[in-house]
Amino acid sequence: MTLVEVKNLGKSYNAQTRVLKGVSFEVEAGEFVSIIGLSGAGKSTLLRCVNRMVEIDEGNVIFDGVDVGSLNKQELRKMRTNIGMIFQHYNLVPRLSVIENVLHGRLGYKTTLQGVFNRFTELEKEHAFFLLEKLGIADHAYKRCDQLSGGQQQRVGIARSLIQEPKLVLCDEPIASLDPNSSEIIMDYLKSITKELNIACIVNLHQVEIACSYSDRIIGLSKGTVVFDGPSFMLTSAHTDEIYRTKTVETRKLVTV
Amino acid sequence: MNEKAMRSQRKWQTIIWVAIIITFTYLASDITNFNIIHGIATLPNAITWIFSNLTITPETLERLPKILEKLAETILMSIAATTTATIFSLFLGLMGSKTTGTSSVLGVFARFIASVARNIPVVAWALILLLSFGQNSMTGYLALFVGSLGFLTRAFIETIDEASHSAVEALRATGSTYFQIVFKAVIPQCLPQMISWILFMIETNIRSATLVGILTGTGIGYSFDLYYKTLNYNAVALVTFVIVISVIIIELMSNRIRKVIL
Repeated sequence: MTLVEVKNLGKSYNAQTRVLKGVSFEVEAGEFVSIIGLSGAGKSTLLRCVNRMVEIDEGNVIFDGVDVGSLNKQELRKMRTNIGMIFQHYNLVPRLSVIENVLHGRLGYKTTLQGVFNRFTELEKEHAFFLLEKLGIADHAYKRCDQLSGGQQQRVGIARSLIQEPKLVLCDEPIASLDPNSSEIIMDYLKSITKELNIACIVNLHQVEIACSYSDRIIGLSKGTVVFDGPSFMLTSAHTDEIYRTKTVETRKLVTV
Repeated sequence: MNEKAMRSQRKWQTIIWVAIIITFTYLASDITNFNIIHGIATLPNAITWIFSNLTITPETLERLPKILEKLAETILMSIAATTTATIFSLFLGLMGSKTTGTSSVLGVFARFIASVARNIPVVAWALILLLSFGQNSMTGYLALFVGSLGFLTRAFIETIDEASHSAVEALRATGSTYFQIVFKAVIPQCLPQMISWILFMIETNIRSATLVGILTGTGIGYSFDLYYKTLNYNAVALVTFVIVISVIIIELMSNRIRKVIL
């Protein structure tokens, strides 16, 4: 079943530069897809178009049968509860405790007043502890987030997205500010939990090797267009050369000079 | 250019600048009929006058209860002006911040109010309001309120933009409503910084309240003005001393609070 359908997506922040040009792809329910490309290739923008954190200029994004671009504010909020999001800099509230940050994931299901006055049900709290247990940070539940390491904070971020009971998780460079060891832990958790709960996952990544070893499918993005879309085993060095073209050309120049 | 040439050029530049400064100082004092030498010469006399007249004598201490009463009035008015301004500033701050602003019209409106209120000095506000409200504590309160509103709005806009951008983005992505984002991400993250600004504002307001009081005839400023105009310099000294002590105490207290919350 197709969960996300991106059709001819275009986006530009100003008149001169078009960040995305005619991007089209589909993501199946439960699929683990990596988007690779250089910084500035449009990966983050593409991801944010899926849950309309940035407005869509051209084309459509269909999520779970609804056109994301046509939703009003209320409907958009409702749709976003079905999409979790994980960020490079974790985007937690550092002064609040781990458990409070995890429960923020439930706010989309609450009325304004329920949310403001912390009316979370016992079931939701149990769910939060269950997720923290699963991610191995239940001991830190009452600690403030700024006392945790980067890897632990990212696990709080994952818990916050999973408590939404989403159908899709968008990960914007989840391991870009982590050391190799924590990166592996984060990617392992992400892979195993999304598989177990049958949640689709779109991950922006810099590292080609990690993308290949974890994902079912890879989408290569270069200067705002899709230059590769296929299973990870089909990604050859010719493709990566094209995705990272500008870089390799520059290196070659440096070598010949 | 070698080192020697550069050094001599530097030397000439310095000489020219010094010459320019001396000329300007001379011209300025000549035009305004201000004599520097005379000014410096009267300094010892002025100091002697201060020490002989502005002393606290036992008789003036009898006035202390009355002065303290006025001081309390001033402090309470400063706190009231700050706290009420805080409430309005919070909303204006949320409106003016790029992270939490809902529409650009409201944003411009908030920043316009802030800059008008802030760029007119409190003393000028007191004089302007004096015309319409007359000499009473309401005028003093309003002058402090408007000044605080401008300053706090500006400070809150910056605090909100700096501290909470990433968390706001995350909560927006979970489908939270606007006020959920404000109360669950913006306020928890910005609160210590905001309290710090509020304490600073209270300190500043107690200082300005003295000056505003002289103009509006209220609080400790009124006592100061009264004793000054009746040539009771010993009482003036006592009033000044009490103001200095209270400002120092309040500054120490707020530094202490800041250390605990930040």
